[in-house]
Amino acid sequence: MTAYFIQAFIYLCAAVIAVPLAKRFGLGSVLGYLIAGVVIGPVVGLVGEETETLQHFAEFGVVMMLFLVGLELEPRMLWSMRNRLLGLGGMQVTLTATAIMSISLLFGIDWRIALTIGLILALSSTAIVLQTLNEKGLTRTEGGRGAFAVLLFQDIAVIPMLALIPLLEIPELAETAQSLVAQTTDTHGHLELISGLPNWIYAMVVLGAIATVVLGGHYLSRPLFRFVAQSELREVFTATALMLVIGIAALMSLVGLSPALGTFLAGVVLANSEFKHELETNIEPFKGLLLGLFFITVGAGIDFAVLVQNWMLVTTLVAAVIVIKAGVVYLLARTFGIGSSDRWLVTLGLAQAGEFGFVLLAFSLQNNVIPADIAQLLALVVAISMFLTPALFIFFDQVLVPRFETSDAQREEDVIDGKGSVLIAGIGRFGQIVNRLLVANGIETIVLDHDARQVDNLRQLDVKSYFGDATRPDLLETAGLKEVDLFVIAIDDRERAVELAQHIRQRCPRLAILARAFDQIHYYQLKQAGADFIIKETYHAALDMGCEALTRLGFHPFRAEQLKNAFITTENETVEDMYQSWTSSTESGISPGYRELFMQQEAAIRAAMKSDRSDRHSVSERGWNPPPKGYAEEIANTTDADDIVDGNLSGNN
Amino acid sequence: MPNKILILFAHPSQHRSEVNLPLIETSKTIEDVTVIDLYAEYPDYCIDIEREQQLLREHDIIVFMFPLYWYSTPSILKEWQDLVLEYGFAYGHDGTELHGKKLLCAITAGGSETAYKTHGYNHYTIRQLLRPIEQTATLCGMLYLPPYALFGSRTALEDGKVVQHLENWKGILDCLRHNRIDVERAETAEKLNECVKQTLGMNP
Repeated sequence: MTAYFIQAFIYLCAAVIAVPLAKRFGLGSVLGYLIAGVVIGPVVGLVGEETETLQHFAEFGVVMMLFLVGLELEPRMLWSMRNRLLGLGGMQVTLTATAIMSISLLFGIDWRIALTIGLILALSSTAIVLQTLNEKGLTRTEGGRGAFAVLLFQDIAVIPMLALIPLLEIPELAETAQSLVAQTTDTHGHLELISGLPNWIYAMVVLGAIATVVLGGHYLSRPLFRFVAQSELREVFTATALMLVIGIAALMSLVGLSPALGTFLAGVVLANSEFKHELETNIEPFKGLLLGLFFITVGAGIDFAVLVQNWMLVTTLVAAVIVIKAGVVYLLARTFGIGSSDRWLVTLGLAQAGEFGFVLLAFSLQNNVIPADIAQLLALVVAISMFLTPALFIFFDQVLVPRFETSDAQREEDVIDGKGSVLIAGIGRFGQIVNRLLVANGIETIVLDHDARQVDNLRQLDVKSYFGDATRPDLLETAGLKEVDLFVIAIDDRERAVELAQHIRQRCPRLAILARAFDQIHYYQLKQAGADFIIKETYHAALDMGCEALTRLGFHPFRAEQLKNAFITTENETVEDMYQSWTSSTESGISPGYRELFMQQEAAIRAAMKSDRSDRHSVSERGWNPPPKGYAEEIANTTDADDIVDGNLSGNN
Repeated sequence: MPNKILILFAHPSQHRSEVNLPLIETSKTIEDVTVIDLYAEYPDYCIDIEREQQLLREHDIIVFMFPLYWYSTPSILKEWQDLVLEYGFAYGHDGTELHGKKLLCAITAGGSETAYKTHGYNHYTIRQLLRPIEQTATLCGMLYLPPYALFGSRTALEDGKVVQHLENWKGILDCLRHNRIDVERAETAEKLNECVKQTLGMNP
């Protein structure tokens, strides 16, 4: 037990130190984990043989990652980017894999190994690239979208690759592996249900398992989640999410399919579910930690002896990989009409190999597709090309962007093109109306509410809404807090609305927050919390009612409208003073100064309502004041119109 | 000191604008020019009289920029006149704040230029149709300049006339800033182009 604690501590400690440092130097978290692994493994030698066992366990992070990738794949979004996805992405994977395979064949490598190498190196690093694009605010540019399409295609392409690689098994490698395995009485395979079944039954079992995932995900998950959500126990929901992913992984292993494939499918099935964001939020930390662990084990497994012995070869290979990958993407970007600096962004952004390369490497090694020495070499190539990515981005920023500065007009269009998206927290009687107006105008909204029944009702009315507690920071992140242009707070809980405003202001200083207040004090609280626009929910409704009352009492409707506007104007003039006074008032109650200001405001409003026609400063009727009686004669007598014109001409500089 | 120019822009459906919007965007880039988009500032028509009067005080030349609606301005510009040009500010006893300033209209009209003639189907020229504004300017002691107009505006983009119109407008703003205006011709000229003293070649 003590040994486990010590090991766990070493791993966590390495991650805790290395990852924040790597982020600070702009290297990204993936590289941070790799560095941590390198340090505790080959450099210091704190960890040893257990890394391989750990790696099998950590691979479950990849399974979870594919579940999350699946969850993100809404059919509608996929359809809208089908050209880029299949064209740009598909061609990138195919051409790069073919090019690298051909070169490997030239060096006399077995075709099966060559193909595997091609597939492994065709992938780029989703984690590094998306994070960097996000940090630099480039996700919405032409180049950013192109890169996203390619990365998404690669993430999906991993699934068929995982299915393909076992078919490439090389018997000689299998033999050597088996002789090794024989010594350690392996558990491999004996839990599989399918050993010894006739082929047609096997096919039925596989189809049955897939059907279970798809149909179960579609029909059974909702009642289950709703049942769990109504218990309002957060940890039970987390348990349910884990149960779902682990259950599917177990089922797939039992029938001899890839667990990653199964969870990916389940993710796609649940992509339209109202529980999507809640699921993502619950799985995300597990995925993050396990993937981190996976990268640490990869780093720990890097053999420095290999690097030192073959440094010439490794350097050449890294350079070749970057040149080939960049070349393919550059040509494709040109074909797909991605212009100027954006083309270079995609090209340099996707020139590295990626984290899925490690996954496929480990997988190929297990399946005896690739010899251990080549795998070692490739792991170095993948890792070093990833290390170089930040350097390529710096090269793009410093050298290439200035050259394209003149074609900035193009970038402006990008901004106008996107209509923007809005996150709405709370879809009760207030949020609903806001949402309807926005959606009717084709604006994309993401709606969150913590009441599963409410979300369910709205879904039946075709309102795209998600179950989830909007005051949870992690849920906001997965719902896309970083991507939206506006945030609307319309939740019923007063205190939590204020906390939410504070949190968003801290997290995204420039995101505009529109908040609904219950009353004046709540208004001040939200203002203090950093909301940009606040509206009291009853204010305009009550004023309209007052206006109607005035009309029914004999005021002319237009005059009543003017009085209402004068009321609003006068009140707005004092709101800042009242707010200042409120911020200085004590906990115990309203300060005397505030009360005084309130009375002054009331007096100002009463004064504004007075309809003294001769008073030029009457707010309510300003502008429709007729000139004084007899003014026409005055103008005719005192100033001849011609005089004015003459005076004007001469007096004009 | 160059003249300061205030453009009061009134266009209620800017998402469909093909001429006025580029015209406004161009104007914004020019020094000494202030642009007020009236429909954006006052979507509820509650015009801030105090603020508008202060803007008038701070500028030497006032431009009403609008698409011609029923031979007149879009309604918010009429509202603006009714509210801002108060007795005692713009006219009447002590109402001298606008004396000596200049006023002109920059408009787009759907009909062709031949329609806006005595024998055309609109029977009057643009200058004649905008007489109420001319007289308003005169009563307020301002010098009225003839309108700057683009005819056939619905097809101007297709006809390739917009670029030239924008270039001309830039030239005019420059002349206005530096007082290169033939004031005598302005009294009777039908079009503004006839009374600016251009330095560069310009299509009248």
